[in-house]
Amino acid sequence: MSPWLPILMAVPVVGAIVVALLPKGSDKLAKQVTLLVSLLVLVLTGVMAAGFKPSGERFQFVAEYDWIPSFGVKFGVGVDGVALVLIALSAVLVPIVVLASWHDADGVKTADGTLITPKRSVKTYFSLLLVLETMMIGVFAATDIFLFYVFFEAMLIPMYFMIGSYGGAQRSYAAVKFLLYSLFGGLLMLVAVIGLYVVAGSKTFMFPELVGAIQDPTMQKWLFGGFFIAFAIKAPLWPVHTWLPDAAAQAPAGAAVLLVGVLDKVGTFGMLRFCLELFPDAAKTFTVPIVVLAVISIIYGAIVAIGQTDMKRLIAYTSISHFGFIVMGVFAMSSVAQSGAALYMVNHGFATGALFLAAGFLIARRGSPFIGDYGGVQKVAPVLAGFFLVAGLAGLSLPGLSSFVSEFMVMIGTYSSQAHGSGALTAAAIVSAVAVILAAVYILWMVQRTLNGPTAEPVKPFKDLNAREVWVLAPLVALIIGFGFFPKPLLDVINPSVQQTLTNVGVPTSTIAEKGTGQ
Amino acid sequence: MESQIAEIAQHTGGVIGLSWLMIAFPLVGAFVLLVFGRFTNRWGHLLGVAMSLASFAVAVLGFFELIGFGEEERRRAVHLYEFIPGMVDMGLLIDPLSISFALLITGVGSLIHIYSIGYMSHDEHRRRFFAYLNLFVAAMLLLVLADNYVGLFIGWEGVGLASYLLIGFWQFKPSAAVAAKKAFVVNRVGDFGLLVGMFVIWTTFGTLTFQGLGEQITPGTENGTMLAIGLLLLLGACGKSAQLPLQSWLLDAMEGPTPVSALIHAATMVTAGVYLVVRSGAFFFPEGSGAALAVAVVGAATLLAGAIIGCAKDDIKKGLAGSTMSQIGYMMLGAGLGPAGYAFAIGHLITHGFFKADLFLGAGSVMHGMNDEVDMRKYGGLRKFMPVTFATFFIGYLAIIGFPLLSGYFTKDGIIETAVHHQPILGWLAVLGAGITGFYMSRMVFMTFFGQKRWADDAHPHESPSVMTVPLMVLSLGALGLGAYLVLSNRLMLFLAPAVGRPEELPAFHFTSTPGLATLALVAVGAAFAWMRYGRAEVPSVQPRGSFLTTFARRDLYGDALNESLFMRPGQWLTRIAVFFDNRGIDGLVNGLAAGIGGSSGRLRRIQTGFARTYALSILIGAALLTGALLLVGNI
Repeated sequence: MSPWLPILMAVPVVGAIVVALLPKGSDKLAKQVTLLVSLLVLVLTGVMAAGFKPSGERFQFVAEYDWIPSFGVKFGVGVDGVALVLIALSAVLVPIVVLASWHDADGVKTADGTLITPKRSVKTYFSLLLVLETMMIGVFAATDIFLFYVFFEAMLIPMYFMIGSYGGAQRSYAAVKFLLYSLFGGLLMLVAVIGLYVVAGSKTFMFPELVGAIQDPTMQKWLFGGFFIAFAIKAPLWPVHTWLPDAAAQAPAGAAVLLVGVLDKVGTFGMLRFCLELFPDAAKTFTVPIVVLAVISIIYGAIVAIGQTDMKRLIAYTSISHFGFIVMGVFAMSSVAQSGAALYMVNHGFATGALFLAAGFLIARRGSPFIGDYGGVQKVAPVLAGFFLVAGLAGLSLPGLSSFVSEFMVMIGTYSSQAHGSGALTAAAIVSAVAVILAAVYILWMVQRTLNGPTAEPVKPFKDLNAREVWVLAPLVALIIGFGFFPKPLLDVINPSVQQTLTNVGVPTSTIAEKGTGQ
Repeated sequence: MESQIAEIAQHTGGVIGLSWLMIAFPLVGAFVLLVFGRFTNRWGHLLGVAMSLASFAVAVLGFFELIGFGEEERRRAVHLYEFIPGMVDMGLLIDPLSISFALLITGVGSLIHIYSIGYMSHDEHRRRFFAYLNLFVAAMLLLVLADNYVGLFIGWEGVGLASYLLIGFWQFKPSAAVAAKKAFVVNRVGDFGLLVGMFVIWTTFGTLTFQGLGEQITPGTENGTMLAIGLLLLLGACGKSAQLPLQSWLLDAMEGPTPVSALIHAATMVTAGVYLVVRSGAFFFPEGSGAALAVAVVGAATLLAGAIIGCAKDDIKKGLAGSTMSQIGYMMLGAGLGPAGYAFAIGHLITHGFFKADLFLGAGSVMHGMNDEVDMRKYGGLRKFMPVTFATFFIGYLAIIGFPLLSGYFTKDGIIETAVHHQPILGWLAVLGAGITGFYMSRMVFMTFFGQKRWADDAHPHESPSVMTVPLMVLSLGALGLGAYLVLSNRLMLFLAPAVGRPEELPAFHFTSTPGLATLALVAVGAAFAWMRYGRAEVPSVQPRGSFLTTFARRDLYGDALNESLFMRPGQWLTRIAVFFDNRGIDGLVNGLAAGIGGSSGRLRRIQTGFARTYALSILIGAALLTGALLLVGNI
């Protein structure tokens, strides 16, 4: 029994209670406490991660407590490599988001002093953030499927309030749409979770014990479907993606980062761990149609992104395209593609995080999310423009930046996958590579219209980034460049975990591994 | 067996062991200049120059260490670190081919850095300019030094980024911003080819390193997979090197400051495609293969297209851009001829690096003295006002038209002779192209430096400062003598042989061969024709309407019009339809249904905001579609 994960989960929620109980009028203190707590979580995560042994047991830092003994429900936590890097991603993003959202609840004024969002409760916003952090850690750490389900659903609540109370003009519409989609998915998953429990008949929800428990192929397919649709909505995959652009565009920039950067990853993480390992035969049966949906997401998301007029919606659609890559990698049944997909989950968090936050800084200055309202920002705010450009380049997976490595691995792994006689997957990889061109169009066209050209009149009074804003973006850019050239630390943790998954699915991984070392 | 390529040996220690410093110096320069921003404004340009020179010094020392090895041991791989575990490690390959490029990039690059001190002295963002130049040099060196395709690709896109930033350096001009984006996007079409090419290579051979491929591929192997890889790599090469059908970005790229045109869009980056083909030559472009033929055909077509475009341009930089396309076409043609052509292709690449940088910087010097005027119709008679610029430009001009004994004469003639021998039709097209080159380059010189003055009253042409003219002189020295040095006694061919192979029989240079004499005759005719129209006759200072053919050339052979009607317009429609479908599609379907059932479309708006019910239904439909797709294909 290791206390690490329960501590990690407890720290933010305790912090949230402290922040909520602060006396009236201590807004600044609330922010400082939140920042300190989230930094403490980051440090603790770092120390814990340093103790993770990639070659050791699959699940490490395991802790189990009885929760509902009559149903065999446990508070079971533990991390494998993929879960660990996703927890680390959350721990990195939360302090950044706290810093980025510093004034979001104070009432946001544009450069010329117009108020775009009114003053709202600061304490509530920051305690919601900390509650969300506990749940994000919990959902990736849960080894008990029931516990996973509880976090999966409970995460919606803080996010619902962050969008619904702190978002843009159409916030309640977006929040309800987000909630309904997610609840519907959750419902399907609940049915599947119960089904899994009943059919397996082993009186437990513990994931490691349920691997291989369902042998009947038809039952596998039905249960797989329940989990998969829930995760596809979460991820989101075409055609159940329409909630994301609304939610991301209406959410405050910081919340959008956590929504797209972390919460959506629960969907792809769930596919990787639960859909594949619990229902391997079904997963193999459905590989081709799912990869087809993923490719549609990749191309469709990119094309629709090109046509967006609202920056945040544009970024949301690029994410739909990127999630397509992740799903394709998860289901390509090749260790290279799957490692790439897991790595993509992390890298996408950094890249999209940076892009949302930089766009948020632009929007906070101008009071408009519309691309057409900008122009020539480069001239008046070169530092902001520089960060925005680098974030955009990460979004188009420029080689040398972290997203390239993962996208490359996904595509090359899918192309070379031996599953399904390889024809369909080979074609999928080639079609998905077209997104490389489309990505250049959607990012650079946005850059051209916002940063370049003659400086628009309302842009002229823009102030460049202040120190706080630089501290928000600089760590992300450092990570994007660092992991672009040195992805090994992440891949060393991810690879064994992915090998384990593929072994449980029954895909021989040796062919590709041998190829790799045979140089 | 024609090509005997030496095996690659692992290397540690010495200067070669430290060759990563070549990349690190300019990278550090770019980092410091960008991160410390304004604080480096005063000395930023000096740091940029110093870093480029440091890189050059490492390249020179590395070169001498390399030739210290026996011929068969001149391919040294330097392992750097594990990049993607199980797939590819980052490492450098120092061999005659890569070190030749490194010397060109850092040598010519440093001269252009120095020149830019003067050229950009009035620009308030000069520091940022030097940051981008350093970034470019670092990326270009990674491109040519990497010992595997992934590293090459990172450099490949890095130079694309630097090019994007530099074309758009004056990004407040909408034309510059558009040109920058266009260059990047068109290049990405090529990158798609290179990327998919890597997928096939990895899947077929399980390695992406040149060493790994060398161990697995018997030279001369030809099959469908190899042909596919060759064509995909060629697509990549076409993008970077502005070859047909991906040529359209280069002319617009002239929006960047002139030193950029010299360094990136003439001397180095645009030759990356030639490098890619020659580097992959032994694997995927064996002599006489379909892929090699495709390379040669693309080269021949582009050398003519570029030359024709060059004939009609009044903008001095665009004229030079057309000629760059054309000259790279020659290199491509050479690269498509197997080991017999490689040395000439690379030789022409090196001499072109010198004389084209010389010409571009000369054009920049003219512009510098003429209030940034680029229209040659507004020049005339400048030789008296800018003697040094004129002299150096004239040497570059003689070199590019292939005037006997100058650099271009030897390398271009080598390509033509080899082509006539291996692919007669393409070879004679190259002869024709040389004649057109004689015409348009003479036209440029006559319009700029001879005849009557046609400039505006407020122009006060003057010679540029020595920080600009000295680099011009050094470059023109290269344009004078480098070709003879490289080609006579096959010096370059023998030096490159361990890296790219060599033909069974070494060619001997004939000064009086039929194609050579025919080339000279055509060049003379072209120059004479230009003299009649632009030297002796008066040049109208307003562009005349011109014939259909002239318009065709002025409009870049309708390349942009073609792209627009084939890709951009349909693309815009597709985007609009997709956005419409996404907004109205799945959600809208439900809204419409609800409105229909309600019997009144006027209620649509209200329903859209009375969302709960509607969206519940739309999720259901989405989920039903998903389930349907799974059921249909999965055969439950």
